[in-house]
Amino acid sequence: MFTYILRRIFISVPTIVIVSMVVFGLQLLLPGDPALALAGEDRDPQVIAYMRQLYHLDQPIYVQYGYWIWGVLQGDLGQSIRLKLAVSELVKAKLPVTLQLAVMAMTIAILIGIPMGIISAVKKGSALDYAANVVGLAGLSVPNFWLGIIMILFFSVELGWLPASGYVSPREDLRQNLSAMIMPAFVLGSAIAAVLMRHTRSAMLVVMRSDYVRTARAKGLREPRVIYRHALRNALIPVVTLGAIQFGQLLGGAVLTEQVFTIPGFGKLIVDAVFNRDYAVVQGVVLCTATGFLFLNLCADLIYFLVNPRMRA
Amino acid sequence: MHRALLLAATAALAFAQPAMAQSNLRIGLAEDPDILDPTMARTFVGRIVFAGLCDKLIDIDKDLKLVPQLATEWSWSADNRQLTLKLRAGVTFHDGEKLDAEAAKFSIERHQTMQESMRKGEVNQVKSIDIVDPMTIRLNLDQPFSPLIAQLTDRSGMMVSPKAAKAAGNQFGNRPVCAGPYQFVERVQQDRIVLERYKDHWNKAAFAFDKVTYLPIVDNSVRLANVQSGQIDLAERIAATDVETVKKDAKLNLLSVVGIGYNGITVNIGNTDRAKNPLGQDKRVRQALSLSIDRDAVNQVVFNGNFTPGNQWVSPKSPWYAKGTPVPKRDVERAKALLKEAGVANPSFTLMTPNNNEAMQVSQVIQAMAKEAGFDVKIQATEFATSLKESTAGNFEAFNIGWSGRVDPDGNFFSFVACNAPLNDGHYCNKDMDALLAKSRATNDLEQRMVVYEQIAKLENDDLPNIYLYHNAWFWAAPKRLSGFNVVPDGMIRLAGMKLN
Repeated sequence: MFTYILRRIFISVPTIVIVSMVVFGLQLLLPGDPALALAGEDRDPQVIAYMRQLYHLDQPIYVQYGYWIWGVLQGDLGQSIRLKLAVSELVKAKLPVTLQLAVMAMTIAILIGIPMGIISAVKKGSALDYAANVVGLAGLSVPNFWLGIIMILFFSVELGWLPASGYVSPREDLRQNLSAMIMPAFVLGSAIAAVLMRHTRSAMLVVMRSDYVRTARAKGLREPRVIYRHALRNALIPVVTLGAIQFGQLLGGAVLTEQVFTIPGFGKLIVDAVFNRDYAVVQGVVLCTATGFLFLNLCADLIYFLVNPRMRA
Repeated sequence: MHRALLLAATAALAFAQPAMAQSNLRIGLAEDPDILDPTMARTFVGRIVFAGLCDKLIDIDKDLKLVPQLATEWSWSADNRQLTLKLRAGVTFHDGEKLDAEAAKFSIERHQTMQESMRKGEVNQVKSIDIVDPMTIRLNLDQPFSPLIAQLTDRSGMMVSPKAAKAAGNQFGNRPVCAGPYQFVERVQQDRIVLERYKDHWNKAAFAFDKVTYLPIVDNSVRLANVQSGQIDLAERIAATDVETVKKDAKLNLLSVVGIGYNGITVNIGNTDRAKNPLGQDKRVRQALSLSIDRDAVNQVVFNGNFTPGNQWVSPKSPWYAKGTPVPKRDVERAKALLKEAGVANPSFTLMTPNNNEAMQVSQVIQAMAKEAGFDVKIQATEFATSLKESTAGNFEAFNIGWSGRVDPDGNFFSFVACNAPLNDGHYCNKDMDALLAKSRATNDLEQRMVVYEQIAKLENDDLPNIYLYHNAWFWAAPKRLSGFNVVPDGMIRLAGMKLN
């Protein structure tokens, strides 16, 4: 077990290095000049020249990478050109926001997706199954931002129940925090709920046809026990892995949702940074996201390892 | 079922936000400002926040006239090379430091010398600053430069506390200390900027709110939804297409004013080989293109008639508009004749356009109109940061682009049309134009300046390095109970006199 974890961590290090190089390399493909984009409407040549020099933008890309990675190794992710703030400060401020959004979205997704998947598998072919499939398909195909705007118009403008946008820290006011986060979390969670529902359904259908379920029934166990104790536990193994990956993607930036609901998280940070060509922020956020994603994958593998006895063999 | 619905409704109500205290004014901004240091800042939206945070030497009113703020009076020397400003007595910065001639000198010199200053171009005409007496400064210039005074109505005229600025260096913007009616409390990037009343402000009686919160809400419809649902008390930059929605909403007021900027087509006349086409090389082709466009139709189709068609760097509603060169009427026959005269039957060119809905629609309307005169216009949608790079590099034939505008009209055209000027991406260069531009800068007499502007307008509309199309209007939406909002063409939100009834 311990060597397995060590081996996995060891493999992750070169992956992060490669990711950091790719992020840096992609900068070359991104059109536009950061110094120009940041110099403002006036585009004063003196300012542009100074910015190029200050942020090493006049150097070849590998030299820029060298400066950056040297800083990263010392715990310095660089400074935002636009805001004159340390990227690590920005990450520290934004991460809890996106983390909360992701946890809430995931909770909503699990609460809706998994029960719906079970019901539709158990009642395969029934009206409930069809209804669950239609809802699932809708969850997958309705764009996030559209659902977000419709929800704002209904719950904020029409009914006046929830704030249309904005964010309040839970430490400041938990009730206001939850009222601001519930809509974006639902919007994000609905799409993942649909994915979880479909996977749970198909996994359950496979498991329900397996020999041990048939044996359990033959032993005379009651149906709920067969479903929840025997079938579901096994069917959930692949769903756990899928859930971890979905969660990682949520962390990577609920870009559009955060933009629509003005939630100051990772997604909004990276969108603004890309449009302003604030490279240090883009690199810092991508590096942190990639690290988080690898960590979650590692967790998923460990859970898989723990719940699936065949892996340990 | 009924019980479940009731429960859900109660739960949602419990989450609903309580009404905020009236003394907090919540303003929805269209973007998140950049750094809040008047020396380093560069965004339009940042200036809106500065309007509450940092007073300037001089302000402008709704007719674009200069009015006193931190300077109570000013005068030019006879040779127009010295500008003397008398400072207001009894003004203190948010840290209690006094505003005097030393502090004013420090602020202007900081704009000039700080490495990361974005103000250098605005104040580099000032060669030295004298302290005449403890409350008077004199700016010395090598040569007359009439637009200087207007620079002091914006960030270059904002005063910062020397003590705080020296201590904070280039981090000053994270905790700015100015002399405005409100002082900085906190900022959560991309979420909010909170200011609170500065109790020792020289004009504190004019400000009703204890607190002002600026909330960047980028999406136009969401910003509007926020003001409709009462989450914010004022939303800036309402989209022209949402104007009708605001007008129809019984709870809201629409406020608007024509801005000081413009939108138009910059033609590449001499920047790289991309300029070597009939549009870039022959002014008759540019005149034909201009005549093929019905500017009023562009305004009606894309902006529901809410903007102002124009043919100069200021709108026909501005006191600086040259009346001798009115907006041309569409004349397709004359356009065709001009093309024939130039010997090009079907000129073709690519119109680079920022990839936002409005700019794209404008370009499409132009494409359709120009086609009737024989033009083949190809639209190239380009992301904004990229389009700036392409235009600076000369990699364009024509560029549909706007300018937010400056208080002094010189700021709307000098840098775009003077030979080798920094924003002259089309590399237009005409010695006659340069002579006129120099003349316009050399006098502080408004009537004399206007005489020169009439000549500049005539020459510009003949050469057409920029084909001006329309002037944006600023729209704000606010609940009816908000009163006292003074709309000024610069699009800023001045908090003096505003009240929530």
